[in-house]
Amino acid sequence: MDLWTIIIISIIKILFVVTITLLTVSYLVYFERKISAWVQDRIGPNRVGWYGLLQPFADVFKLFLKEDIVPDASIKSIHTLAPIITLFVAFSTYAVLPWGPPVNIFGYEIPLVLADVNSGILIVLALTSLGVYGITFSGWASGSKYSLLGGVRSSAQMISYEISMGFSVAGVLLISESLRPAAIIESQSGWMWNAFIQPIGFITFLVSAFAETNRLPFDLPEAEPELVGGYHTEYSSMKFAAFFLAEYANMIISSGLIVTLYLGGWQVPYIETFGLSSGWVTMMQIGAFFFKVGAVLFFFIWVRWSIPRFKYNQLMNLGWKVMFPLALVNLVWVAILVMLLN
Amino acid sequence: MIEQYIPLFLVLATAVLIAVGIVASSTLIGPQRPNDEKKSTYESGVKPFGSAKERISIKYYVVAMLFIIFDLEVIFVYPWAVQFKSLYSVFGIPVFTTMLVFLVIFEIGYLYAYKKGGFNWE
Repeated sequence: MDLWTIIIISIIKILFVVTITLLTVSYLVYFERKISAWVQDRIGPNRVGWYGLLQPFADVFKLFLKEDIVPDASIKSIHTLAPIITLFVAFSTYAVLPWGPPVNIFGYEIPLVLADVNSGILIVLALTSLGVYGITFSGWASGSKYSLLGGVRSSAQMISYEISMGFSVAGVLLISESLRPAAIIESQSGWMWNAFIQPIGFITFLVSAFAETNRLPFDLPEAEPELVGGYHTEYSSMKFAAFFLAEYANMIISSGLIVTLYLGGWQVPYIETFGLSSGWVTMMQIGAFFFKVGAVLFFFIWVRWSIPRFKYNQLMNLGWKVMFPLALVNLVWVAILVMLLN
Repeated sequence: MIEQYIPLFLVLATAVLIAVGIVASSTLIGPQRPNDEKKSTYESGVKPFGSAKERISIKYYVVAMLFIIFDLEVIFVYPWAVQFKSLYSVFGIPVFTTMLVFLVIFEIGYLYAYKKGGFNWE
């Protein structure tokens, strides 16, 4: 393939994925509200459109038309930079996540991933680490005590859980022998999903993903009763929406990562024995990926409305004294398993 | 080699465009009628007192330093993990034990920090 073909194909894929992501993010907010209402025996949004289906658009338009207030006590440039960093991370990390097997269109072999790079997992880790800057900057530059406390808490929480996350991923790399997400998915054929081979690593990664996305039970940075809104107390209009959208986009990315690393990605076990044509198999595999991501997203929301918030010392104890040793045990266990099998 | 990174750079550029666009749209579309009350720091309705440039508990700095140490350890483990199967078929058990020794040495550091109360938040 020459250079221009690559660029044109990637632009088409980017347009497709960006549209899907923006739509999913807005509807994830809607589904979160509907599911929370269902859990708490309420009705939820039902006024705007059929069953409240236009509610996300109403919310976004309302935020567009609101005044953008920058407080006098803030450092203006960094105050503006923080939501940009947060959004950048949220809308770039999905680049390396494959959502289906390679397909043949017009004689071109096209992988169903935006960027099929052999350092994929390293890029994911690098970009998600950048997310800490957005939160630290917003907390520090707002010039508010609530923001400062929220930002400092949040950055300490995110870096603590990043370590157990990194060690859990090392367990996956032992089995896949590659940092390419596509190779990691291919190493989990049949029922050889990493969630079954290394359940401890799966659990530490899952818990770390909750902590990294600042979701309940680990949403201390924005604990409303004590910190008002945490690091985004001083933001309004679309800058506030930026943090809000980024939280949901990060949820989708975390679910995609969990599915890719531990739940077999787009693979459907034993689909080749069903005797379907190759087109149908591809369709089913793409569908399976979105179904798995949806299931993990539902789990995220379910946990939020079931488990109360942790105390800060409990959170740090869990991260450093429980998750970190468990992730190490998992790494040694997978290494022994690989040696026994070879 | 390098051409597989072209789509990645395109995605990063798109992400910058989306992020700047969304943040800029709020100042472009929304009204601008600032006054002193709006621009003061929010403190649950009372007049803000003191400054937000407070000193922060030393615990956070300790956590940040420990993070750098242990995150470096993770980076050392990655190349070993990716090459483990192929190295094991050539060199056998030592591939595993050398990494185990490395991890044990780091765990001594971890236990030292634990014992000194580096992870206590009470």
